[in-house]
Amino acid sequence: MIRRITRFLVAHIDVPLLGAVLLLMIAGLFVLFSASNASVARLSSQLTNVLVALAVMWIFANIPPHYLQRLSLPVYVAGLAMLIAVALYGDIVNGARRWLHVGVARIQPSELMKIAVPLMLAWYFNRHEATLRLVNYLVAAVLLVVPVALIVRQPDLGTSALIFASGCYVLFLAGLSWRIIAGITVAGLASLPFVWSVLHDYQRQRVLTLLDPTQDPLGAGYHTIQSTIAVGAGGLAGKGWMNGTQTHLDFIPERTTDFIFAVYSEEFGLIGNFVLLFLFLLVIARGIVITANAPDLFTRLLAGAITLTFFTYVFVNMGMVSGILPVVGVPLPLISYGGTSLVTICLGFGILMSIETHKKLVQT
Amino acid sequence: MSELIINPGIEFRDSQLEIYNFRWRLFAAAAFVLLMFGILVGRFYYLQVLQYEHYQTLAEANRISVVPIVPNRGVIIDRNGVELANNYSAYTLEIKPAKVEKKIASLIDELAELIDISPRDRRRFNKLLEENRSLESVPIRTRLSDEEIARFAANRYRFPGVEINARTFRQYPQGELFSHVVGHIGRINQRELDQLDNDGLMSNYRGTDYIGKTGLEHSYENFLHGTTGIEEVEVDSGGRAVRTLSRTAPVSGNNLVLNLDAGLQEVVYRAFGDRRGALVAIDPQNGGVLAFVSKPGFDPNLFVDGIDSQSWSELNESPDRPLINRALAGTYPPGSTFKPYMALAALTYGKRAPQQTISDPGYFNFGGRTFRDDKIGGHGLVDMYKSIVASCDTYYYMLANDLGIDRISAFMAKFGFGSRTGIDIPGESAGILPSQEWKMRRFKQKWYPGETISIGIGQGYNAYTPLQLAAAIATLADDGVVFRPHIVGYVENVATRERTPIEPKALRTLDLKPEYVAVVKQALVGVNREGTGARAFAGAGYVSAGKTGTAQLIGIKQGEKYVEGRVHERYRDHALFIAYAPADKPKIALAVVVENAGFGARAAAPIARQVFDYYLLGKKPVDPAKESDSNAND
Repeated sequence: MIRRITRFLVAHIDVPLLGAVLLLMIAGLFVLFSASNASVARLSSQLTNVLVALAVMWIFANIPPHYLQRLSLPVYVAGLAMLIAVALYGDIVNGARRWLHVGVARIQPSELMKIAVPLMLAWYFNRHEATLRLVNYLVAAVLLVVPVALIVRQPDLGTSALIFASGCYVLFLAGLSWRIIAGITVAGLASLPFVWSVLHDYQRQRVLTLLDPTQDPLGAGYHTIQSTIAVGAGGLAGKGWMNGTQTHLDFIPERTTDFIFAVYSEEFGLIGNFVLLFLFLLVIARGIVITANAPDLFTRLLAGAITLTFFTYVFVNMGMVSGILPVVGVPLPLISYGGTSLVTICLGFGILMSIETHKKLVQT
Repeated sequence: MSELIINPGIEFRDSQLEIYNFRWRLFAAAAFVLLMFGILVGRFYYLQVLQYEHYQTLAEANRISVVPIVPNRGVIIDRNGVELANNYSAYTLEIKPAKVEKKIASLIDELAELIDISPRDRRRFNKLLEENRSLESVPIRTRLSDEEIARFAANRYRFPGVEINARTFRQYPQGELFSHVVGHIGRINQRELDQLDNDGLMSNYRGTDYIGKTGLEHSYENFLHGTTGIEEVEVDSGGRAVRTLSRTAPVSGNNLVLNLDAGLQEVVYRAFGDRRGALVAIDPQNGGVLAFVSKPGFDPNLFVDGIDSQSWSELNESPDRPLINRALAGTYPPGSTFKPYMALAALTYGKRAPQQTISDPGYFNFGGRTFRDDKIGGHGLVDMYKSIVASCDTYYYMLANDLGIDRISAFMAKFGFGSRTGIDIPGESAGILPSQEWKMRRFKQKWYPGETISIGIGQGYNAYTPLQLAAAIATLADDGVVFRPHIVGYVENVATRERTPIEPKALRTLDLKPEYVAVVKQALVGVNREGTGARAFAGAGYVSAGKTGTAQLIGIKQGEKYVEGRVHERYRDHALFIAYAPADKPKIALAVVVENAGFGARAAAPIARQVFDYYLLGKKPVDPAKESDSNAND
């Protein structure tokens, strides 16, 4: 009986992936404890988030991929509809129209699109697998750009960049010609002035202060300057857990959420950063192995997009904290405080596990 | 396009090729991931290893705030330990203009419901605010009572940007008595900041709001201020102190122990009554200043936190000019107090022998002009002794003519006439010692011999400060030993109680023949015994020496007699008196000028008598400023 229950529980769990994820979560809880000035309330709240996320992971690991395949189109359409609704009727919080009232709850449709867009694109390419032509890539590009444009307009630069990246990964893995990639890259660079002109002032300011944070040390550049100081002051071995002065004297803004890596980096130094990068790399490597072994195009594209999007989260967040990327609201996955991103990420890992553990089933 | 068309439309799918292509792309993606992580590693290495020092320094600068600890300013006490300037700490109500959202005037109205705020407080506040725009926190009320503090504390939430701070204040307990000596401090202005910067003293003045503006507070600023301490405090991003990391205690400023005697100063002050003038008393043995009065004075406490405009204009526009330090900046013709030095010059240059007499007809004619003596009909036969005791003008008209301006100015310069004494408070005037060279420089005119005549009786271009007159008589009293007058006796280290004397040594000794000095000094004793000062010094318990003087302010026409009642008060003569006592071994020498008071014998000499009585005998005057009329000729 117990064996059956255990089997039921672990049947669709990928142990290497779960191990790496758990290590990161534990590290995250330690950093959060320091970042929140030893707040037990924060810690237990995040612990709840972790448990919920793991449950979501387990659930999705147990959903066979072809169910997801069937859900792709409806989820995408629903997400897109909600995005349009947000654009028309959404609530404005902190100057951005991101939230939608659904009865008593408020939801953020852009969060849903993080998973819906790669799902949709994987579904679309899988459907036209036999006859992939340029036009299919164009259609896929439209499927990607429409939600991204809506999210940019909210405005939410961080989320739209991540969704755009996930779509691009699907397009790339689906075999988009190198020449077109090169062409788009050139065209993209050439259109930068145009992009500049449509950006919101605060978005422009973020880019400008990235180039020279000292321009506005107390305003827009403050985040970058203080987090960069924290990282640099960490040195080789760090100041030790709970000993970061930038952290504990409140110099790092958003230090439990988007800038938690500055806290970690100050307290654990370069060695700690290597350890963390190594753990993230383990997760990504496992994701790539799962992707490589995935049984069909849908699962391959979906697994690849999930893995590479996860990497993008990590890179964008660390790049932002260490001052080589603009400040966009991207949390450090599995480490930052907050339930939404944790659940979304673990949902992705659940899908990866499902792909890995259901492949024999699919093949038969 | 070959990769774009993975499957060129043939029904048969080359699954192996497809997987190969996909894995190749996945490999490229993995390489991309590694490349990007490589960039992060490079960035971390740059920040945490190569630039570690830089960012560590920045992080330390973030968290460590160096807070200056302002030292206690040294106190100023008189020779007997009476406090003339001290510090007290009190709670002040302060407004931070940058943090006040509403209009400051209405905020003060609301505060006034809780705490007594006078119109003067408001005026001073507005002036401070106007003059020091950079001031972070501007005091509106000082010396809050416990009750007021409690009332404000209960209502604090209503007043963002208003707070109560404990601060140290400077106080001058003697009020106007020492206003012209001790001076006062005030808020540091831009010019003083620049000066501090030039002198490399800025770091020591971090946190210091006040600096000596006048008097001893100004000239001994470096002694009084002390050394600012430093406290390193860990602060959070909001600037709040979290804990103290290190502390270097401040070193309190040195105390000043003065030569002045507060009791004596008070005697002088009372003796003047409502009259204007100045008195400087010096110890001839060491140059220490025993009393230093300029009347009227003002309350220096008004200036400490910025004087309000109404009080300022009252002081500044008063016809009595209370802000002028008459004792060292006011210049007066010495009148007959010049005669003893003229006599000494005559002896020194061999122009007169002590017993040599002249016949005084009551006037002296020179160049078609008649120089009149005050005594109609003259003094008859006059020798040197009588010339001083009876203050005979004719004797000195002739003498001046015989000496000539060059000898007079050369001799007088030795006694310090016409040059600053170098006393240890600022603002001293040099006065005017007339000479040919001076006149050429000043008026671009040559000297006329006729101008020398009235120089002989201390009139003409002669103009000296009471301080110079006092220093000169002190020099004469001590037989030619010149000291630089100094108000401060000792600088006292607060911690060790170690006292460092200020200038106890003589500057120089004048080359005077003792027998000539004796002649003049004998005559000065005669003045107070049987001459113009006799009335004032009748019955004194010591032997004193003195010389009266009257300084004319307006010219009297030929053939016209000066009648006091006819002259507007402001143009009446100044009364002067120089004196020392005891005559054989002088302990105190002084010069006193009473403005527009007429004869020196009547107005000035009695003040000197009270000073000597108090200083030598410890006698306090019963009736201050007792008028004693004298019909003796001046």
